[in-house]
Amino acid sequence: MNQSLRNGPSLRNGADGYIARYQGLRGRLPGDSTIRAAAADAFGKDGLPSMRDEDWRYTSLRGLAESDFQEPLSAVSTAPILGETIDAPRLVMIDGRYQPGLSTPPAGVTVTPFAENPYFGRLPDIKRPMAALNTMLAEDGVQLHVAAGVDAGALVLLSLAPDGHRPIAFHPRHSIHLEPGAKLTVLEIARGEGSYLHNAVTEAVVAKGAVLTHIRLQDEGPDAFHVNTTFAEIAEYGTYDAFVLTLGARVARTEIHARLIGQHGMVHLNGAQLLGGQQHGDITTVVSHDAPNCGSRQTIKNVLSDRSRGVFQGRIEVARAAQKTDGYQMNQALLLSPHAEIDCKPQLEIYADDVKCSHGATVGELDAEQLFYLRSRGVPDAEARAILVRAFLAEAMDPIAHQDARALLERAIEQWWEHRA
Amino acid sequence: MLSINNLEARIEQKQILRGLSLELPAGQVHAVMGPNGSGKSTLGYVLAGHEGYEVTGGTATFNDEDLLAMEPEARAAAGLFLAFQAPLELPGVNNANFLRTALNAIRRARGEAELDAVGFLRLARAESKRLAMPDDMLKRNVNVGFSGGEKKRNEVLQMAILRPKLAILDETDSGLDIDALRIVADGVNALRSPDFSALVITHHQRLLDHLVPDRVHVLSQGRIIRSGGPELARELEANGYAGVVADAA
Repeated sequence: MNQSLRNGPSLRNGADGYIARYQGLRGRLPGDSTIRAAAADAFGKDGLPSMRDEDWRYTSLRGLAESDFQEPLSAVSTAPILGETIDAPRLVMIDGRYQPGLSTPPAGVTVTPFAENPYFGRLPDIKRPMAALNTMLAEDGVQLHVAAGVDAGALVLLSLAPDGHRPIAFHPRHSIHLEPGAKLTVLEIARGEGSYLHNAVTEAVVAKGAVLTHIRLQDEGPDAFHVNTTFAEIAEYGTYDAFVLTLGARVARTEIHARLIGQHGMVHLNGAQLLGGQQHGDITTVVSHDAPNCGSRQTIKNVLSDRSRGVFQGRIEVARAAQKTDGYQMNQALLLSPHAEIDCKPQLEIYADDVKCSHGATVGELDAEQLFYLRSRGVPDAEARAILVRAFLAEAMDPIAHQDARALLERAIEQWWEHRA
Repeated sequence: MLSINNLEARIEQKQILRGLSLELPAGQVHAVMGPNGSGKSTLGYVLAGHEGYEVTGGTATFNDEDLLAMEPEARAAAGLFLAFQAPLELPGVNNANFLRTALNAIRRARGEAELDAVGFLRLARAESKRLAMPDDMLKRNVNVGFSGGEKKRNEVLQMAILRPKLAILDETDSGLDIDALRIVADGVNALRSPDFSALVITHHQRLLDHLVPDRVHVLSQGRIIRSGGPELARELEANGYAGVVADAA
């Protein structure tokens, strides 16, 4: 192939439309323009991720290039339906823009909209193509800060795309910073209608002894693309406790990079994906143990029906200095249909010699004997199946300590099940 | 109550039941005894509706309804209960929730009001106490980490709560010590009434000392080859199956 053509402007890597949008908005986008220019360079070169990229072997976002996403409208005309949430202060984003009028910021948390005072953060890596795209085009987001020693309780971060009539793309940029000894629970809920791209980047910094509980309910509309990339850093005795429930979107990717930089830090990355139709759900994690005596736990459950496809990629990196690391990773899939598929790629990269690291994966169907046992006790077939699916999920769901958040996720799963029945 | 006529069934390609006939009138307890591989457990599974078994001939009616045409859950709602020889473990399913879900599914199917959590717990605690079961068995996952005896008692607890019209006990006595055996027998005896029948599948006379049957049937190679009163069980205990089987052959 002609080399100059391959590198020329006609190169079809899906970046063109987004680069054009960036060029059109340049000068009006908030924040440091050199950061955006570097991201635009990176994104323009690599384009949308495809299966040719090792980190995207099972998930292609090239479909995003074919969709002609537009800018969100700047004004929101009517009060949207928020949907079910929990009794906690809330921050509302519509089409990627923070809505102070619909939000009730909590005491104990300083909330600064990205649009007002943009902070790109030091963790997000523009070598990740979707993070580069976000960095190039981010307009708004919420920046949360909890001062040292403050237990700020729980807050809900609600992202809505309520219109459904025009295909839109938004790239919110969030950050969560906990000072030493601070505590915060963030429940993120994403919902929407119609065709849209929600491409969020979050930086989470957990200082010494701080505890960030980060629970996500991804319940986007059936035609949505959802990409969520989190970069977390955990200092000594800090805890980052994350759970993601993937129910919605046509194509979804939750990518979490968690780096343990101080001794006795702890990371939990648990999650569940319940997919049907032709949905594609990808959970990708990279846990980097840079310091000794840290632990990481990952339990991922996939419930896959119809022709859906689940992906789990999990990498655990243990640096030479990170002795006494205790890492655990388990990915399990329940296939409810012969046409559903799970792809699993665990990777351990261990450079220290005194560590405990294990990973495992299982794939199975509902157990016919257990099903018969339940039915023989009078439980109708559909209800018996739902009970066994819930039981399968229990190991990942039970550790969610926030009762209301867990109850909300369990109801969302029940609704998912009812829609299918 | 239960009328089985010339029942034939197979699993995969293996014929197990070969023309089994049995009449169990309302209010009676019948024992089914027989050597290993004679088809005792198959009989229980077929009557409860296990999909792994294919009925190739014959009929089974339960209070004049065609049992074999019903889904397993419909059989349960109609009042049939199978106590499993090897009760299944259900990790992630709380025992109390399991029991309440089952009870309310059956009540719903019968057009009765569902029992709320408080009402159910009162019932479940009372019944588990009668069966000398520790309270925490309700809080644990169904049969997970239960001893063999606890699993069997959990089956009897389910029976006590679901109050079937027809109970099929598939070797519920195996693996039980004398005390547990008495408790299980008492659990069944407590249900005895003119509207309750039980089919007790067992290897041994032992259980039948506490749970005296009206009739005893001997099953061999998929058919009932002899029936008699309670004395037949004692005869089998003393002489083994060989004689009976040889007589029938």
